[in-house]
Amino acid sequence: MPKPRIKLPETAKVGEVIEIKTLVSHVMETGQRKDAEGKPIPRNIINSFSVKFAGEEVFTAELNSGISANPYLSFFMKVPGPGELEFTWVEDGGNAIVDRQKLNVA
Amino acid sequence: MKRADLPRPLDRRRFALAAGVLFGAGILRATAAPAQEESQGWLQVVKKVLGEAKPVEGKLVLEMPEIAENGNTVPFSVSLDSPMTETDHVKAIHIIATANPQPQVATFRFTPLSGKAAVASRARLARTQDVIAIAELSDGKFFMSKRNVKVTIGGCGG
Repeated sequence: MPKPRIKLPETAKVGEVIEIKTLVSHVMETGQRKDAEGKPIPRNIINSFSVKFAGEEVFTAELNSGISANPYLSFFMKVPGPGELEFTWVEDGGNAIVDRQKLNVA
Repeated sequence: MKRADLPRPLDRRRFALAAGVLFGAGILRATAAPAQEESQGWLQVVKKVLGEAKPVEGKLVLEMPEIAENGNTVPFSVSLDSPMTETDHVKAIHIIATANPQPQVATFRFTPLSGKAAVASRARLARTQDVIAIAELSDGKFFMSKRNVKVTIGGCGG
């Protein structure tokens, strides 16, 4: 599974609302296309994305085939204090990509 | 401006359905049911999201380009001003592409820890169509917003 790209601010203050940007390489095969022999290509997408901070839910996304390949997501978090963010992408079939990033709180 | 795609007889039924769901929101004006919205699937999605609730138009800001050259990757952002407290926050924002084979694009869920009810991503649009965003608030209110996007080259493969 590919390594996702995550962009956090270098430092943040407690109470500040920060923007978090994520990008992961994925074909997001819609299930609508056919191969050269006319056989349908099965759907294979990242169907869910979730973000937790110190174990608490920040943001989740349920994605469908209408989300572009290499799904990009930008969202926000109000910084409660220092801690670690956990990002989880789950694709059809249940494989998951998990990444953790520490947030530097000034 | 004259629309080339005035509803055909069959589309009146679809329009009646659409109006039934969206009348409260004032989202659809009498002439605003584009004939190209063949599938009624999106109406089911809207009904499922809203239940019995009547959405309010406005407040929810959906930004998308008016013209998308490539329907495979159309940037969008959606946001709603909210204090995002435990008692008053945006719970979810749903994105629905009315003319996609699978109209449900995404559902984004927020918590007070989100700080701000705003999200940006990129969508596939099969062709020119209306895209609808619906926000669900913690007090049970719904807000709705709509953008028409003209697609030059459709997404979703074929």
